[in-house]
Amino acid sequence: MAAIEILGLEKTYSIGFWRKKPKRALQPLHLRVEEGEIFGFLGPNGAGKTTTLKLLMGLVFPTAGSARILGMDYQHPEVKAQIGFLPEQPYFYDYLTARELLEYYGQLSGVPAKERSHRVSEMLERVGLRDAAGVQLRKFSKGMLQRVGIAQAILHHPKVVFLDEPMSGLDPMGRREVRALMEMLKQQGKTVFFSTHILSDAEALCDRVAIIHLGQLRGVGAVADLTGSVHGRVELVWQGTAVPSALKALVSEHHVSGDTVRAILPEETQDVALDALRREHLRLISLTPVRTSLEDYFVAQLKPAGQSAGATA
Amino acid sequence: MSARIAYVASNTFREAVRDRVLYNLIAFALLLSGAAILVGQISIDIERLVVINLGLTAVSLFGLVIAIFIGIGLVSKEIEKRTLYTVLSRPVRRWEFIFGKFCGLAGTLVVNTFFMAIGVFAALLYVSHHFQSADGWILVALYFIILQFLILTALALLFSSFSSPLMAAVFAFSLFVIGSFAEDLRGFAAIAHGATGWLATGIAFVIPNFSALNIVSSVAHGQPVSGQLILYNSIYALVYSTAALSGAVLIFERRNLK
Repeated sequence: MAAIEILGLEKTYSIGFWRKKPKRALQPLHLRVEEGEIFGFLGPNGAGKTTTLKLLMGLVFPTAGSARILGMDYQHPEVKAQIGFLPEQPYFYDYLTARELLEYYGQLSGVPAKERSHRVSEMLERVGLRDAAGVQLRKFSKGMLQRVGIAQAILHHPKVVFLDEPMSGLDPMGRREVRALMEMLKQQGKTVFFSTHILSDAEALCDRVAIIHLGQLRGVGAVADLTGSVHGRVELVWQGTAVPSALKALVSEHHVSGDTVRAILPEETQDVALDALRREHLRLISLTPVRTSLEDYFVAQLKPAGQSAGATA
Repeated sequence: MSARIAYVASNTFREAVRDRVLYNLIAFALLLSGAAILVGQISIDIERLVVINLGLTAVSLFGLVIAIFIGIGLVSKEIEKRTLYTVLSRPVRRWEFIFGKFCGLAGTLVVNTFFMAIGVFAALLYVSHHFQSADGWILVALYFIILQFLILTALALLFSSFSSPLMAAVFAFSLFVIGSFAEDLRGFAAIAHGATGWLATGIAFVIPNFSALNIVSSVAHGQPVSGQLILYNSIYALVYSTAALSGAVLIFERRNLK
């Protein structure tokens, strides 16, 4: 059973006061996320990531299409008890303390009263806010609010967790902790669907990713498949300050940094290049095939696409 | 009743308390203490009348301000600050949220009125040194004031479910003012003819009849209140608040939270 099945969800807003004009925020989207996956939903700002998440959370209503979460209609109240959601740049009731806020969300999510207090303490500990449990949220920094946001999203032990830009506002340590948390959720068998435009996070964490741009799905697949392809080029790195004349004809691009030179050249010329380095008595540092990074794939998908709407995965 | 409604209501009450809404009680206490001391010194035989009139009018006005200015932000503030996202993504239905918000503010107003009522009776005791049997009708007047608050809170919620806080405040306050003259409007409708008569009758019965819920003056004069009026006013407030809340729910159920 798929954890999330998006069946042609689309959203068009009417903008303007008098003569309303339609603005398509999301073209018919078909997407399937398997149980236990960490799925990255990638796209630049304004691509339609947040709209998709809001549709799945029932915060906005689709113009057409539907979705199923854990095999049930996504608007079914039972589904809501089994999902967790962290909105983008979350803002919470700032007159509450972190503990009070989590207690409140625990109540709304149906966490039994007997377990609630223990569960809240456990979450505060997990997101590193144990010492700030009694502080009102109006005194929290952006990073601390993000941590509270993550805690409220997983407090009720949901089976599927939706995170909208979870690394936003976090310092490098915080980002690392969130990554560890997401990996732990995966180990617990939970499904994590998160949107981001930070590609390194997606590359490090995700089993599969989808790329959306201008409300249209541009590509989807396993990270390993998208990033693994070799293009018959190699990267040669050696100690030096310039490209020897014997190599100049072979090198398509190069970059000098301090006493290190990085050069890209066709794979079939690598033996010739190595011989040239030996002759010049230059020390070889590495020789590696050039692979497509997620960033390369991402950038390629953002280029103007065909007119076909409703990509399917 | 869903426990979730109680949780939302309790949080709304807590917000009002933490946002120092109940601090208005201090202003009320100062106003009433000053008035009682002043009236005690300058009035002859009308101390009770002045204290009851002033006290109940102050209870009404302070509550009115709270009902409108908190009520208009109950939904719009949650949308604007996006605090609603993490509530509605849980198993909370939209109507439960609206009803919980209403109950929370209504509870705040009841607690506020309770403390103010203590103030009114204390001031009354100060100026007349004893209570009279007719003073029991003050409790009925306070009950009617609470009914006004319920209607006003429901209206503020209704307006805030589709308009900006400023416009919602204007609508709610306008309806309160017009509704305070509802009996006069009904009188005019009764003598008007043709289209004007139809229009006046329509307006007179659509706007909330706050004038029927205002018995401050008669209570101040020690006049009794009929059981029939208490029953009619209770049913009227219940029906009107339910209608306004249903409207708020109908609008909110279809609203996109962009």
